Amino acid sequence: MQTTVLLVVLPLLFAPLTALCRNGKLAWALTLVLMLALSTLAIHLMRDVLFGAVIHYELGGWAPPWGIEYKIDSLNALVCVIVTSIGLLSVLFAKSSVEKEISEQVTALFYACLQLCVLGMLGIALTGDIFNLFVFLEISSLSSYALIAMGRNRKALTAALEYLILGTIGATFFLLGVGMLYAASGSLNMQDIARRFADFGSMHLVSTSLAFIVIGIALKAAIFPLHSWLPKAYSQAPSVISIFLAATATKVSIYVIIRCLYQVYPVDYWSSAVLPDLLTGLGCIAIVYGSARALTQTDIRNLLAYSSVAQIGYMILGIGLMNVHGLMASFLHLFNHAIMKAALFMAAGVFFYRANTTKLSELAGLGKEMPWTTAALIIAGLSLIGMPGTVGFVSKWYLLQSAFETGVWYAVIAVLAGSVLAILYVWKMVEALYFRPAFKVAIHHVPSGSSGISRTPAGMLVSIWLLVFSCIYFGIDTRLTTTSARTAVATLSSDIHIVSGSTP
Amino acid sequence: MTHNLILRVIAKWMIPVILLFALYVQFHGDYSPGGGFQAGVIFTTAFLLHALAYGRDATMRIIPENTLKYLSCLGVLIYAGVGVTSMVRGGNFLDYSRLASTPISGQHIGIILIELGVGITVASVMLLIFFTFSRRVIDQ
Repeated sequence: MQTTVLLVVLPLLFAPLTALCRNGKLAWALTLVLMLALSTLAIHLMRDVLFGAVIHYELGGWAPPWGIEYKIDSLNALVCVIVTSIGLLSVLFAKSSVEKEISEQVTALFYACLQLCVLGMLGIALTGDIFNLFVFLEISSLSSYALIAMGRNRKALTAALEYLILGTIGATFFLLGVGMLYAASGSLNMQDIARRFADFGSMHLVSTSLAFIVIGIALKAAIFPLHSWLPKAYSQAPSVISIFLAATATKVSIYVIIRCLYQVYPVDYWSSAVLPDLLTGLGCIAIVYGSARALTQTDIRNLLAYSSVAQIGYMILGIGLMNVHGLMASFLHLFNHAIMKAALFMAAGVFFYRANTTKLSELAGLGKEMPWTTAALIIAGLSLIGMPGTVGFVSKWYLLQSAFETGVWYAVIAVLAGSVLAILYVWKMVEALYFRPAFKVAIHHVPSGSSGISRTPAGMLVSIWLLVFSCIYFGIDTRLTTTSARTAVATLSSDIHIVSGSTP
Repeated sequence: MTHNLILRVIAKWMIPVILLFALYVQFHGDYSPGGGFQAGVIFTTAFLLHALAYGRDATMRIIPENTLKYLSCLGVLIYAGVGVTSMVRGGNFLDYSRLASTPISGQHIGIILIELGVGITVASVMLLIFFTFSRRVIDQ
């Protein structure tokens, strides 16, 4: 039982200690120990709730509608596993990358911020109290602004400022929504709000609160028209932070959307309105627009960031289609996209570590020199396309199934178009890395490999290949992921009926 | 700012009063409006007044930045420590009732310690922010 709260308490204890470290290596070691502990706890938690059990934890011993309650089911456990395992791998990756990119004086603060960011995300996932969720949202956002601002050139500052402004607007919208909901319901506990919804559901205040909450979180999740902060923030942040945030931050926001739509507001309440069509439509536009923009980028990190915009579209589409397979596809894609995007950004991080650039034109021909990293990039890229045998295929399969069931033809077209565009932008990377003449030789007149390019540190290689292997493993053995997704959908739909859903 | 005698004399009289008021808000917080956040900010204003009247360097001599860094972490650790102590004593996180022999005294002790942690962190972080912004470049 106490393990649930330890997920939040441990980083709270470790972060101030880490901030005081004078030695960067010690700070890294502390963070690694913390992440190991957290991911063990999260997997432990996942095992407890995988088959539908629900854990309740009352903070301070105060009973739920008054006190803050942590409520863990299969869905939050999945999010916790994503956050902690990606956190662990990015810290493993971080050591040499941070030594290169972050100045020695602020290394300890960097790791402390990273721990706080993890703390916030885990808190968002665990809590069953909607105001508490806002507090954790702010903890994770504030620390991620600081982390992005530590990027290696001055553009990182403007990227962080832009994210700060938009993120704060998003958080304000969310808070206003929560305030209105509280004014109407007199409660902040999600379960309590949902249970007594019929008493106050007819008030206009409630529908306004829904709009505010959805818009606020949509900004945080970078859903299509509100995505403008994402590419800059991800491409300017330090490599480790792009890896960690790209794989987790938007996932956590998508989780919040699902949680709010299914367990705070009754499904009947919002599904009759414009919201499902809006989500489907925006999801489709995001898929096509994100992929098309990715195709025009000349920098790997920008390309991957725009591809993230598209991938978020898939998740939103899954929610908007409103049936069991659609929701399952969203959950699966939370997990699967975290794996592949982390692997891709790690590859970009290794390129930057060794070649000091992530521009495609300057990386030309590097595939021969860095075969392992490039291979990892290609495999994760294939997963992004949705090749059978990789994780990307699994979630797209469920998504297409859902689209066929509901008969939303433009969704099918958007998914297919997105895949074709994905082939094109992944090919763009392949072509640059393998088929173009090496850039370095032409410019510097030195034999490649002798100057500037060091060896890839073992920690980086281990973490990137662990991700690539899990990318293939979970693409072939889908039992764990589909079981947890199915259980999560069952938990959501047992409380409230999913409209027009067919059970698998 | 050379003829600032009046400012300095007044500040000298005001600062102890402000600090005292901050401590009142801090420790009376569980009976009346107040608490760690408010007290922390009020506490900081005393130092800000000092910095305005006597110059930032004088204030930094009284309370160096490094001390502030340690204090800001100490506050968080007090907060988390109280929570962990209640877990060790068999309750949930932040279950103050477990902190003493009776729940009522436990609740008193718990909230005072928690607010103390909050107050220390808020006051030191506010001052750190002020120092950071009032200084143009990082001095090594």
